[in-house]
Amino acid sequence: MTTPQHLSYVLRLADNALILGQRNGEWCGHGPVLEEDIALANISLDLIGQARLLYSHAATLDAELYGTKKTEDDYAYFRNERDFRNYTLTELPHAGPLSGTARSDRDYAVTVVRNFLYSTLMAHLWTALTQSTDAQLAAIASKSIKETRYHLNHASDWLLRFGDGTEESHRRAQSAVDYLMPYTREFFSTDDVETSIADAGIGPLTTDLESAWREDVDATLAQATLQKPADAKHVTTGKFGEHSEHMGFLLAELQSLARQHPGASW
Amino acid sequence: MTTTAEASLERVWEVLDAVPDPEIPVVSLRELGILRDVRRAADDTLEIVITPTYSGCPAMYQIAEDIGAALNEAGFENHRIETVLAPAWTTDWMTDAARDKLRQYGIAPPMGNCGSAEHAPQERPIRFVPRVVDKPACPRCGSSHTERLAQFGSTACKALYRCMDCREPFDYFKPY
Repeated sequence: MTTPQHLSYVLRLADNALILGQRNGEWCGHGPVLEEDIALANISLDLIGQARLLYSHAATLDAELYGTKKTEDDYAYFRNERDFRNYTLTELPHAGPLSGTARSDRDYAVTVVRNFLYSTLMAHLWTALTQSTDAQLAAIASKSIKETRYHLNHASDWLLRFGDGTEESHRRAQSAVDYLMPYTREFFSTDDVETSIADAGIGPLTTDLESAWREDVDATLAQATLQKPADAKHVTTGKFGEHSEHMGFLLAELQSLARQHPGASW
Repeated sequence: MTTTAEASLERVWEVLDAVPDPEIPVVSLRELGILRDVRRAADDTLEIVITPTYSGCPAMYQIAEDIGAALNEAGFENHRIETVLAPAWTTDWMTDAARDKLRQYGIAPPMGNCGSAEHAPQERPIRFVPRVVDKPACPRCGSSHTERLAQFGSTACKALYRCMDCREPFDYFKPY
């Protein structure tokens, strides 16, 4: 039996993949070196591919619940900011907290640290979801876990190089960790969507994944000679639709073409 | 009747055997494991079952179009494409013949076995720290003195390597 929480949960997973895919895609044509340009474009392709599978699945659930006839594009292009349920972490620009948002201010350390923190979570989450009672979600998880492992390896490799590299790369990696770590509190804040899908065996409680996530993060940070910042108290609220000031700009870029030419195909 | 139906499915397999992967034209969709099944649906339509490699593989439309074109040309006009996700595609399905063809084409085939314990995290907890980097043999000179230049390459399924002996760069089809 499909529930509204089930649909919300699948949309959260989809929104995270889409929004981070869109952010990482900003490096396409602007990567620090050619190989990284290609790597980030590839990672975005995987994430947007995962988002498409998840949105298509959401459309099926939506139809069962409300009799709607939606497509993946309806979710990606024709919902407003408050309807998106991604973690705030995924929508932040590739810049530190005070360095503005201009293209020249992008910091690859922020990109790498965010991908590291998110991929570490998803490595555990997709693994758990391969056992989901929702067969289609389990099928998507079985594909996505393979891709996420490559994303995590990529991010971890660079985190080690930055942290254990030059004075400058270490400083920037550390400030990216200090900046982004507080946003990870949102991964582990449970609400009725998560408890409901956990009760139905659709997905795990992320609180059950937290200690494994911490262990992995701590181990790589230590190897990279980086310090783990003290735990933050504030919990961001992207997954409830309350976003940072950056989200609207991201959506404008993502959605403007589809909204100017609704129904267009090419 | 049944014999005729079976014979026609055989013929469909034959036709589809000749449809190459759009990105790597030396191997067929069947050899790569993308083509999963051919069956006759209750309404007599031919159903061609395919599965994507990576979630975001942009070649899927092209693949469906190529299959459709090949079937039309062979006179099988009543057909549809069915895309399935489970079981998830794996490079383990690639035939030995396909691996040889990749090598001859200049792409190192995937190493190891993705069905092995290393790749089956649900069986034991694994720590996601960087693993040992694969060292595929150079597809040109056969040397195993190779190094990875980048984890991601010209398509989602490949990594970029170079041979330290013959100095040629090459693609490596990543285990998936």
